[in-house]
Order: sequence, then structure tokens, then C-alpha cells
Amino acid sequence: MTLWTTVLLASGLAFALKFLGYVVPHQVLDGVIVSRVTAMLPVALLSALVVVQTFTIPGGALTLDARAAGLAVAVTALLLRAPFLVVVILAAATAATLRALGWG
Amino acid sequence: MTTNAVHGPRLADQRRREVIRQCLSVGIATGAYGISFGALSVAAGLSLWQTIALSALLFSGASQFAVVGIIAGGGAGAAAVATSSLLGLRNGLYGLQMSRLLGVRGLRRVPAAQLTIDESTAVAIAQAEPAAQRLGFWGTGLAVYVLWNLTTILGAIVGNALGDPKRFGLDAAAPAAFCALLWPRLKTGDARAVAAVAAVIALVVAPHAPAGVPVLVAALAAVVAGLLPSRGPQGPRWRNDVGNPATPPDEAAA
Repeated sequence: MTLWTTVLLASGLAFALKFLGYVVPHQVLDGVIVSRVTAMLPVALLSALVVVQTFTIPGGALTLDARAAGLAVAVTALLLRAPFLVVVILAAATAATLRALGWG
Repeated sequence: MTTNAVHGPRLADQRRREVIRQCLSVGIATGAYGISFGALSVAAGLSLWQTIALSALLFSGASQFAVVGIIAGGGAGAAAVATSSLLGLRNGLYGLQMSRLLGVRGLRRVPAAQLTIDESTAVAIAQAEPAAQRLGFWGTGLAVYVLWNLTTILGAIVGNALGDPKRFGLDAAAPAAFCALLWPRLKTGDARAVAAVAAVIALVVAPHAPAGVPVLVAALAAVVAGLLPSRGPQGPRWRNDVGNPATPPDEAAA
């Protein structure tokens, strides 16, 4: 799949899912189980993305490097109710600083 | 003040300004992290135009971050599309609720659907009266759309100028962004349990599966959690995700 195919296919499906909500009869997707699964999907996916992008290298092997320190700083910033952009910049700055000092 | 049988009473000017102020503040807060999306996207190897296309066409923060994150990690396009779509499923449920609220028909459903995201839904259902709900939806959706797309371009240009993404810690910025998107969703014990189980599954699967697949396998945690009875008294109904007064609209990001 080329990058453009990925971009356009993901975009098309994203719109189709949004549009579906406006055209299907209201009862179809309104069950409690469907609601619960749909509420939990972003939680599971985002959590998995966090750990995979922090603790693995290309190929999938587990590792501990400057990104882990960046994540620890991000979590601390979130606990202190920092806004999104501050969280992201602090994590990047932490990893960049550690690498400049020769670690990770 | 006039009354319309279908659309309810019109808003007083003061109330109208109040809702518009909410729309703009959510738009600006969300737009601000379009910068990090733009920068991460070009660092992942997407071109400027592909980055712009994702923000203009896909327009759902978590899915966009997932697409570029999986590509950056060397994942297959199919895994990126699948993860993006699973994350986008919730927009369908928002649409279901918004279609009742907005009363849109015909072609107006197209822009309504495109603007159906966490933020527009959250601001809409945080309002008490129908006219304010509609204003909240369209106002927030448009504000986020315009600002998110402008800041994406800005971020992509800045990201291109930075060069080697690792030198500036951009590879640590991506998981931090996912963490910030996850944070406001961890208010219930059920959600925290699902997040923990999903993280463990992903790390166990990662060394043995192609990139992108561990995240999809971890999604099973959500399916199992949905089938099990809730531990909470009411259960984490998805409406509470965005409609709960304890969740300010600007925290229900992406």
C-alpha cells in the first residue's frame, strides 16, 4: 500500500464511519454493549500506542531509552494538569536533552 | 425573541456570545496541538500534501496521530488504516446522537458528519437548550476545522525545517501525544483497567508480530471489557465520556 493509498483509504473510512451515524436507524447501534465497546476502544488503542511507541524499536524488540524518560515527564506534566502542547514539548525536550548528553 | 416549533426558541444575545466563546476556546486549544501533528507527520515520512490531506479529509486527531505513528514505526498501511478506523468508530456513535440533536437532512449531513469529532460533540451536549447545542456543534466543529488545518501546515513546515526527528526528541513527542489523548478517558476504574491490560497485551505481542499489529490485538481488551458486566454502578456509557459535567469540553481532546 503506498502512502497516498493509506492516507486516502483511512480518510474515506473515517468519513464513512462519521456519516453512518447520520443515516442508520437510531436503534441499530444503540445497544449497551456496543456503547461500552466503543467507549473502551480508544482507551485500549491509545494505551497500546503509548507503550509500543515508547518501549519498542523497529522490529518490535523491547527497549528502554530516552523516550521512556520523555513519557515519565509527560505523565508528570499531565498529573499537574499541563495543557496538551506543553506535555508534548516537555517530553520531546527531555528525550532531546538526554540524547545530547549521550544517553538513549 | 421568536419561537420556532422545530428548532426551539432562539438564543438571547448574551447566551449566544457565551456559547461562541466556548467554541472558540476549544478551537484554539485543539488547534494548538495541530502543530505537533504536522511536525510528527513529516517526521514519519509523509509529504506536506499527505499531511495536509490527513487533517483536511480524515479530520480526527487520534486517528491521524495513529496513522503517522504506525507509519513512523515501520508498520504496514493496512495496520495504519485498521487502527485509524477502529479509533474512528466512536465518531459514528457521536453522529448517531448529533443527528437527533441537529435535525440535518440531505446534503447538510455531509459537513455535519465531517465535523463530528470529540470536541464538537462535547461542546454540543454540554449545552442545555437545543439552539445552543446546535450552535455549539457547528461553532466548535468549524473553529477546530479551520485552526487544526492551519496549525497542521505550520507544524509540517516547522518539522521539515528541523531535520532529524530524533535530535529534537520528536519520537518521544508521539507517545506523549497519545498519553495526553488517553488521559481524560481514564476517569473510571473500568477505563484504567482496560488501559493497563491493553498495554500489557501490546508489549507481549510486539516482539512477535509485524509493526501495527500489537495495537490491534490490544483492542481485544476493549471488546472483552464491553462484554463483561461493569464494575461501576452505572457503567461507563459512552455518552458520559463527553456529556459528563466532570469532563470539561476542552479536556475531551481528539
